Amino acid sequence: MRAPDEAGFFCPKALGVYIHIPFCLRKCLYCDFLSGPADLRVQERYVNALCREIREESTKYRGYRVETVFLGGGTPSLLKGEQIQRILGTLYGCYHMAGRCEISMEMNPGTADWEKLTVFRKAGVNRLSIGLQSASDDELKALGRIHSSEDFFHAYRLAAEAGFTNINVDLMTGIPGQTPESCQDTLEKVVNLKPAPVHISAYSLIIEEGTPFYESTPPLPGEEEERKLHEMTRDFLRGQGYFRYEISNYAKPGFACRHNQIYWQRGDYAGFGTGAASLIDNVRFTNSRNLESYLNNERKRTDCQHLSLSEQMEEFMFLGLRMTEGISSRQFLKNFGKTIDQVYPGIIDKFCGQGLLQRRISHKDGEWISLTDFGMDVSNYVMAEFLFT
Amino acid sequence: MTNTDQSRIRNFCIVAHIDHGKSTLADRIIEKTGLLTSREMQAQVLDNMELERERGITIKAQTVRTIYKAQDGEEYILNLIDTPGHVDFNYEVSRSLAACDGAILVVDAAQGIEAQTLANVYLALDHNLEVFPVINKIDLPSAEPERVKNEIEDVIGIEAHDAPLISAKNGTGIEEVLEAIVKKIPAPEGCADDPLKALIFDSLYDSYKGVIIFCRIMEGRVAKGTNILMMATRASAEVVEVGYFGAGQFIPCEELSAGMVGYITASIKNVKDTAVGDTVTDAKNPCKEPLPGYKKVNSMVYCGMYPADGAKYPDLRDALEKLQLNDASLRYEPETSIALGFGFRCGFLGLLHLEIIQERLEREYNLDLVTTAPGVIYKVHKSDGQVIELTNPSNLPDPSEIEYMEEPVVAAEIMVTTEFIGPIMELCQERRGRYLGMEYMEETRALLKYDLPLNEIIYDFFDALKSRSRGYASFDYELKDYEQSELVKLDILINKEEVDALSFIVHKDSAYERGRKMCEKLKDEIPRHLFEIPIQAAVGGKVIARETVKAMRKDVLAKCYGGDITRKKKLLEKQKEGKKRMRQIGNVEIPQKAFMSVLKLDDR
Repeated sequence: MRAPDEAGFFCPKALGVYIHIPFCLRKCLYCDFLSGPADLRVQERYVNALCREIREESTKYRGYRVETVFLGGGTPSLLKGEQIQRILGTLYGCYHMAGRCEISMEMNPGTADWEKLTVFRKAGVNRLSIGLQSASDDELKALGRIHSSEDFFHAYRLAAEAGFTNINVDLMTGIPGQTPESCQDTLEKVVNLKPAPVHISAYSLIIEEGTPFYESTPPLPGEEEERKLHEMTRDFLRGQGYFRYEISNYAKPGFACRHNQIYWQRGDYAGFGTGAASLIDNVRFTNSRNLESYLNNERKRTDCQHLSLSEQMEEFMFLGLRMTEGISSRQFLKNFGKTIDQVYPGIIDKFCGQGLLQRRISHKDGEWISLTDFGMDVSNYVMAEFLFT
Repeated sequence: MTNTDQSRIRNFCIVAHIDHGKSTLADRIIEKTGLLTSREMQAQVLDNMELERERGITIKAQTVRTIYKAQDGEEYILNLIDTPGHVDFNYEVSRSLAACDGAILVVDAAQGIEAQTLANVYLALDHNLEVFPVINKIDLPSAEPERVKNEIEDVIGIEAHDAPLISAKNGTGIEEVLEAIVKKIPAPEGCADDPLKALIFDSLYDSYKGVIIFCRIMEGRVAKGTNILMMATRASAEVVEVGYFGAGQFIPCEELSAGMVGYITASIKNVKDTAVGDTVTDAKNPCKEPLPGYKKVNSMVYCGMYPADGAKYPDLRDALEKLQLNDASLRYEPETSIALGFGFRCGFLGLLHLEIIQERLEREYNLDLVTTAPGVIYKVHKSDGQVIELTNPSNLPDPSEIEYMEEPVVAAEIMVTTEFIGPIMELCQERRGRYLGMEYMEETRALLKYDLPLNEIIYDFFDALKSRSRGYASFDYELKDYEQSELVKLDILINKEEVDALSFIVHKDSAYERGRKMCEKLKDEIPRHLFEIPIQAAVGGKVIARETVKAMRKDVLAKCYGGDITRKKKLLEKQKEGKKRMRQIGNVEIPQKAFMSVLKLDDR
């Protein structure tokens, strides 16, 4: 399974691991992820099933070295420290783990305590992603979050004291009741944290089908207002030294989330848990979303798709363009044997003309194509053009 | 049964208002006379087009022959000629009636007489048919057979006290109806030894047999080898086969003679040669005069039909060609639109006919169509004395060359319960109706008479009528005349460019209102672009209404989570798919449904 590198040595391929924890205390009103409340017995059974899947699947990944792990959800921090320890322990026991492996975990401020945080840390978690969304309690309430802003500051302090230095804070724009003033206040409070977070994700609230917000949408900031909030956030974070490396992600230099980059650069990743998706050697497969059968160790794949060359090209484009560095024309040629302009004649130039895309020449590796700021605002419009359907 | 005794033939039809149970009664008659066992019987044998079943209406006339053994011990041949049941097909109805000697009038025991009941009954009486009523749906709790009987006698003036009380649905009273057919409907007249004289009441194209002529032999006889002549179209051919109608099949026989109803095939290639209402005679021994009543059918409603995918233009042409083989009243000619590319301007008998053709093209030929707003034929009188029949608004000459314009007007009869007279009169007023009078049918119901411009009723008049009378009003109309009218062409400009496919002709007093509604509707239909798009309605270059589609500010997906790329891609695919169904006008992309959505503007 190991491929010889250029020098003739066998070296393992890089792998990202995603672990899904589909539990939370209560579902937020806007959330459409696979998650929900469950009693402790179900949680324990789930952890057991998860460890079993991780163990059993490990034979597939002999030739890989795990470079990143991401515990997402739901609310992974809802689990006991010991359970996280067992999950990561199983991973360490059965997989070749990189020495500098990035191990991220999502945390809800309402679920953190000192004891848990120290155990998470001991278990190997070295990056925390804390969901704040807003520092205004009214806005948090409107979103149906289970915590107050004070809970967040408390949790952040604890996390820092427990030794976490690589922390992300999730923020949101377009919240019901949000104003430029409240948004500014949130931003300032977050960047003035001590120590300051090295990474900030800033999403726009989007009303998804199947959520309570979809059924009865609260009064949202108007379109102009929402764009203003978004631009404010972007410009403020840039001014504070956060580099926008992806549509919704900002980081201090050197702290971009390596795990997410694997998705966008189409690296190999394995997903464990209900509904988790994997991409291995251009084969994409997804676990069933059915919790009951997962608990009984009846793991089903809902799909298994060998990506054709044109599907690979599509993904290369629409995933790569999420990143501000964009995509490398040379890499495209190397992967697919054709130039971008051959495959997508006229499209790049059209979008460049509309101010949505830009070309940039790097002396090191040739031409790169990326979205402009405006292009990022309307990225769907641009990305859809790169599909062949 | 080659040697048929003319006195034991009954040729009849069933007339009724829509939904009063015409087709169900026909089915019961067929079932009862044993032509089909009930197992073979698929509900409503006569409405055999899928579309007809769905809409519960009869589009093409159907004919069936059954044998009934009457109480007098004799066997009778019953020829049931089912007629189309919609005003669009009035002429076809009149020809089918002319082929009959009698008619059964079906009236709903709960609803009583409706507008179409009257129209159809008068049509039947005009053709000297013996009409007898039956009261249907007596099983309904709301049935009031005695009231309805009185109504029939009072309003129509035909005897109704001994009308069979039936429930076609449950099969009660059918025997009584059959006896009444034998006793009340006269046997056909006409001498088998006179020169051939047969009435074409329908025809059908079959890819093996060529055109199949449905006819009633009035005089003389026809058999294989007869050289027939169609007296109006002057087409002639040698008969290949004659026969009669089984249930859903053709049964050949030796000869058709006076009084009989049957079919003729003669290797005729086109239904245009066998026009409904024409007289078939023997070319060698022709009758002196054709049967009266032949009329060339004219299209009343026109619209543009375009393939959604421009590459399908040849497919659309082939499909129209095939449909026309069977439908002589369908007209089409190629036209080009700047917005929609190559397509056809098609002419129809009415809006229902249009909808039927459109649906058949989409279902049977799998075509995705874009249809422009239907319009009527306007007569444009130019200053130089020339008169143009305008079917496509884009061809309207410059106003400076126009002396005046005329539009078709119909005589409409609307039957309505008294409580809704107000709203219905208001509706007719809005549609530029001219009030002619009102007659009370009975205390609670009235017949309103209006002259209405045809272009006011072709869109959504029927829907509006139904909604403003809670479904109680019924409606019938016929073309009356052309009248001079103050008409203007309303143009729609999208991002300052005129979109020809959206132009239409409208009375000058309604131009502002219609323009405003069009702009509002289009604003909802046109997706945001990277730039702002003005939508304007203009008359003669003067803008009378405006809306704006704001520029797109944001089009971005929520959190892309856990490597779930498939879902994200599906969303993008949907977006791209939507884009494909757009028409590019200048640099604006207009969804195809925008062209159709403007057809329904009544917002009550």
